[in-house]
Formats: sequence, C-alpha cells, structure tokens
Amino acid sequence: MGRPGILHPGNGVTSILSFPRSSAHSLRPLPMPSLGELVRNSQIWKSVFRHPAPLDRRNRIVVMLTNFFLHLHPVSVKKQGIALSYTWCMGGVTFFLFLVETVTGVLLMFYYRPTLEWAYADILALRDVASLGILRELHRWGAHAMVITVWLHMYRVFLTGSYKPPREFNWVVGVVLLLLTLLLSFTGYLLPWDQLAIWAITVGSNMARATPILGYEGPFQGVLNVDGIDMITQGSDARFGLLGARFVGEETLNRFYVLHCVAIPLAAALLIAIHFWRVRKDGGISAPL
Amino acid sequence: MAGQTSDFPAMHFPALLAAGGLIDQATFLSGVKGFLTIYYLGLAITNAVAAFLLWHHWHRPKAALVWTIVATVFGGILAPMAGSGDPYWTPRMPEAIVSFLNSWLSGQVGAIVYTIGSVVFLSVLYLGRDFFVRPMVAWTGLNLALLAMGLSMVNQNFWQVVSKGDNIPIVGLMFLLGFFTWLATYRAVINDKRIAEGLPPLEKLDDEKVLVWPDLVYTELVCMLALTAFLLVWGILIQAPLEQPASSVKTPNPSKAPWYFLGLQEMLVYFDPWMAGVVAPSLIIVGLMAIPYLDFNKKGMGYYTINERKFAYLNFQFGFLVLWVTLIVMGTVLRGPNWNFFGPFEPWDSHKVEALKNVDLSEYFWIGLLNRGLPKAPTGSGFFVELGYILLRESPGFILMGIYLFVVPPALAIGTTLFRNMYLKMGFLRYMLMTNLLLMMAILPIKMALRWSFNLKYIIHIDEWFLNF
Repeated sequence: MGRPGILHPGNGVTSILSFPRSSAHSLRPLPMPSLGELVRNSQIWKSVFRHPAPLDRRNRIVVMLTNFFLHLHPVSVKKQGIALSYTWCMGGVTFFLFLVETVTGVLLMFYYRPTLEWAYADILALRDVASLGILRELHRWGAHAMVITVWLHMYRVFLTGSYKPPREFNWVVGVVLLLLTLLLSFTGYLLPWDQLAIWAITVGSNMARATPILGYEGPFQGVLNVDGIDMITQGSDARFGLLGARFVGEETLNRFYVLHCVAIPLAAALLIAIHFWRVRKDGGISAPL
Repeated sequence: MAGQTSDFPAMHFPALLAAGGLIDQATFLSGVKGFLTIYYLGLAITNAVAAFLLWHHWHRPKAALVWTIVATVFGGILAPMAGSGDPYWTPRMPEAIVSFLNSWLSGQVGAIVYTIGSVVFLSVLYLGRDFFVRPMVAWTGLNLALLAMGLSMVNQNFWQVVSKGDNIPIVGLMFLLGFFTWLATYRAVINDKRIAEGLPPLEKLDDEKVLVWPDLVYTELVCMLALTAFLLVWGILIQAPLEQPASSVKTPNPSKAPWYFLGLQEMLVYFDPWMAGVVAPSLIIVGLMAIPYLDFNKKGMGYYTINERKFAYLNFQFGFLVLWVTLIVMGTVLRGPNWNFFGPFEPWDSHKVEALKNVDLSEYFWIGLLNRGLPKAPTGSGFFVELGYILLRESPGFILMGIYLFVVPPALAIGTTLFRNMYLKMGFLRYMLMTNLLLMMAILPIKMALRWSFNLKYIIHIDEWFLNF
C-alpha cells in the first residue's frame, strides 16, 4: 500500500528542505529519495497538507477533517447513497456548473461593458478578437446546462422521496435556488444586447405589467390611489421596478447586469452554503433510513 | 461581420438563415452530410459497445447479435448513405410520415393532438412500465428516437428549429429526461416487485458505509473533468447565438421568452398575463415549497418507488413532465410566427392566419342560454350599482370557480376513500391547501380543453378591473 516514504515521512528519507531525523543514528547508506518524496517531505508541502497522503484509513479520515474544500463532505457515507444509478450526481454537477459560471463570468466581465454603446460590440469582440474565443460559449452553454441539471437534481430528490422529514426545509431552500438559477439565466439573457436578448426580456418582463394591484395593467390596478390619482402608473409599477424604465433600455441593461453579476450570485452563494450545511445536518446525503 | 446570425447552422449555411427561407436541398445536404455521417457512426459505435457488453459482460449472445446487426446498419449503410450528400440517397423520414405529422400537428388541431398525444404517450409508458423499463425495450426506444432524429434532420424546417443554438439544450433535455425517467422507473419497478414480495428495496440491501476518500472524491473528480471536457467540446463546436443588434422597433416574429419560460408563455394562449406570468409562476414556486409539508406519506424515502406513493408521484409527473416539459418543447419546436402551431416539418409561414372567435362564459350563459343581453349598469350609476351589475354579469363564472375550489374538495373527501383518508390525516387547512394547489394546476388543462371544445375565452371576464380569468 504505497511507498514507505509517503506513509511514514522522515523514515529514512531526507530532504533538502527538512531536517534529517534518523540519519545520524544509521550507518547504512540512505536510498536516493525520489523527487516526489523530496517534495512531500519538504517543510512547504507539510505546512500546506498537515498529514501524510490519504493512503491508509487513518489519513483518509484525517484528510476529510483537515482540508477546507473536502470538509463539506462527511468522513464516510452509505455506499448505496453514492451509487451513480441512485444519486445521479446532479446536485454536485449543478454546483460545479455554478463555479464554472462564476469563473467564466468574471473573465467575461473583464471585456464586457453594460452600456448601449458597447454591450453588443464587446460581445462581438469576445467572439472575434479576444483570445480564448469560446469564453461566452462556455458561459452560455454552462448556464443552459445548469438549468437542466437543477431540474434533474430536483427530479431525483422528488422521485426518491428525499424531501420528506427531516429534510423539508432543505427542499424549500432548493426551490429558492431553482428560482435564483432561472433568474440568473434570465438576467444574463439580456446582456448580449442583440435582438434575441432584448425581445426575450421584453416578452418575459411584460408579464410584470400584469401583476395584480402592483402592475399598470394588472387586476385591481386602481386600488392603490390617493384622492383618485393612481399610484400605479407605467412609471411606477412592478415592471418599471424590474426594468428601471418604461421599456427595456439602458437602465434595464445596467439593472440586469448588477443583478446578474452581483446580487443574485451572492444570494445564490449564501443559499448554496445553507443548502450544503443542511444536507449534513439533516442526516447526510439521501439514502434509505 | 457585425449582425451576422451566428449559431450552428450559420457556420455551414449562411444563406439558409440570411434569406430566412429554404435553400436548395443538395446544397443543404452538402452542409450537413459531415455531421450526419458522424451522427450515424456514433449510433453504430454505441450499439457496437452495447453488443460487446451484452456478449462479454452479461453473456447474452443472441441479444448481442441483434445489436451488432443494428450497429452494422447504422455504420455500414446509413452512415455512408448520409455521407453521400445526395438528396436521393440520404436517409430521410418517409414522405407519408412527414405529411401525416404536418397535417395532424398543425394549427389548432395540432395543439390538441400534441397535448393529448403527449398525455396518452406518457400514460401508456406509465401503465406499461413493467414492460417499457426492460433494458432491451428501452434501448430499442432510444434507438428509434435517435433514428427518427437523424431522419428528420434532413428536413430543412426541422433542422432550422433543432439546430438553433439555444434549442440544442432542449433536445438534450428531452433525451436526458427520457434516460433518467427510465432509470428511476427501472429501479422503482424492481423495488415495487420486491416490496410486494415482502423484501426490502434495493437501496436497503446493503448498509455498508464507505470512506468519502477515495470512494466519493474520485467520482467527483471524474465528473468535473468529464463535464469540463464536455463543455469545452460543446463550446468549440457550437457558437453562442448572437443576432442583430437590439432594436426596439423591429419586433421579431415569433418573440419568444427564454426556453425555460416557454411553458408560461404557452399559458398566455389560454390565460391573461396576470395569471400566466405572475400568479401561475408564484403558485408553482409556493406549491413546490409546500410539497414536503403536504405529503404526509412516510413511505418511499430514500428509494425509488411508484406504488408506495402513487398519488404524489402521478401529481408531480403530471405537473413536471406534462405541464412543464411538454409545453416547453411545444413552445420551442412547434410554435412559430404569430404563436401559431406548426408541424415539425412545416415551413414557418408568417402569413398563416388562424382566426378564432372565442366566447366568454358570461356570453354563453346570458346570451346563449337565457337569450338576453349581458347585464349592464345604466349609464351614470354609482360605484356600487356598477359593482353589482359586474358581479351579476360574471356570476356564472364566480359560482363555477367557487364550486371548483371550495365544493369539489369537500365533495371528494366525502365521496372517495382516498381523499377522505387524506382529509383525516391532514386536517382541514392542509387538506384545502393541497386540493386547491392541485386544482389550480389542473385549471390549465381544463381551460385548454374548454378552449378547444367550446372556444371558451374567459370564465370570468371583468375588463373594468383587468380581471380576466
């Protein structure tokens, strides 16, 4: 099971970066350490990874407890719970796609300016001029894929009854995350500022005009009035609040940009953290009780 | 190059989309022949791998032989035929099927046939699930679907719709949903048989725990690498769509919302925006959130089963597969200019006219049934008189909706054992909440049926308050 140098660091192996421990007591010539052993026994490596490589049971447990990225997981899980044909991995895939969207999104923000003057030109330049010319493709296809994987994740959770007690609340958090995923995609749809974008958002946001009470053309729009003067007009209704204007224009572009790049991702990140936390607290990943 | 439409087909046929119409079939085929050849070769390889696994791994030589033959047909016959790029040789959908689908899946009739057809299709799959989940049957179904896909893509109208950048995910979604629904049902069928025999479900057979490192973290790593590779290939092969620069004066026809909202846009045919765009989405979100608090059934947690939770299963599948997914597919593939319904192989003609005179329930009642005019307040009457007349005019709709939402649930509880047990377990409030959510979900197909059969426009029509339902 692995080389002794990995399992028992310092056991007869010296490194130029660490103090030789046992060599003073030994008269035997030391074997030449491999480069990997040199690296793994160096002070730098050991300062990052506080324990030997996870090759034996003890260290496989320790790695899960000490590594920041791995500590989202428990130390052990039910074998049936992680069987691919049972779990489908769609929640994890969705999270990974969220990370892909974050990274490619930040890179896209280096190039893109959300103004009427530049938005479309920047998207063209991203395709024709910028190096890594598939940045926008990765972002857009990743976004479509994320919507699909969220649905598949919920589908699996429903079909295995995994929303049942004690996991009710986490299902609710998940539904909010579904909504945020759709809103992320919807707000991002406008940013290329082409015909597809502006009209899809126009069709979508026209609905807000019909919000009951709060929409200019919604049921009971006349309820909110002061001395017979309507409070809900084209310039103050729910659609105006969403678009920042009476129609999809520069204000909308700016508003959707901020929502897409800052507000919704932050909310989603917080809820993802809660979602993962509650998976652990509510009995671990789905498996039969 | 500014303004050039730049999704997948445009890479090969700028002329096709620039003109917005069709091009010479031979020119079209010379553009797609490479893709189609790879497509059929891919099917051949997939079936060859399946055959190899059947022979070597599962020791089923006869089945292996069948799929070897299928692989040979795909790779040895269809692939070279498609590769010829010749209109005569390229495998295509038989003309009879094309004209059949184009006539039955078109216009008002098309919407009816498609919706009812989807429901019947899914119901048949559900009722015959013991048969359809068998791996060989499911594999045959997959092959047929992929073959139909390949044969259809030779049609330029079909190709224009499915090869649009933002529509490719929907094609993927259909196949993914098909696969995962099969997988879940496959496991559920096995579990239901086991439970009927008094055995524990598959998932409970093995209580063993494994360490996350390496059993889970390696799966995750492989998933991440595979997904990254997949996204890179997808990104390299297919350009993200970019149309003409935004213009608030040039309205495209059809104007479509992003694909995941097309089910809601489809609702606009039957409901006003306040319902389709505001109330229905809110109810969907609230209804989804309410599921764990309404489903009191303790069985079926942590394993796939249908029989142990039929009510929850069927309602969810009706909402998800029928009302959400099939309407998205319909909105994407079959809704064209002026939101008219077009067959999968029918050209999108923006001059196609479908005039329909839709009638309100109040008109049916006052004019049709009682043979008198709609009640109307005398001009100059006060607010309350006006209100009274409006309520009187729409009273048939209000009474009907009142019965639907507040009389049907108690009647169900009294009349059926299923609902009575629910009522006894849930209590009044939870029971009414659940039934009302389900009834609101059912209002969409009911309104569809009423529109198709009676041209019913609104059940409640109060233009004065923008309250049309």
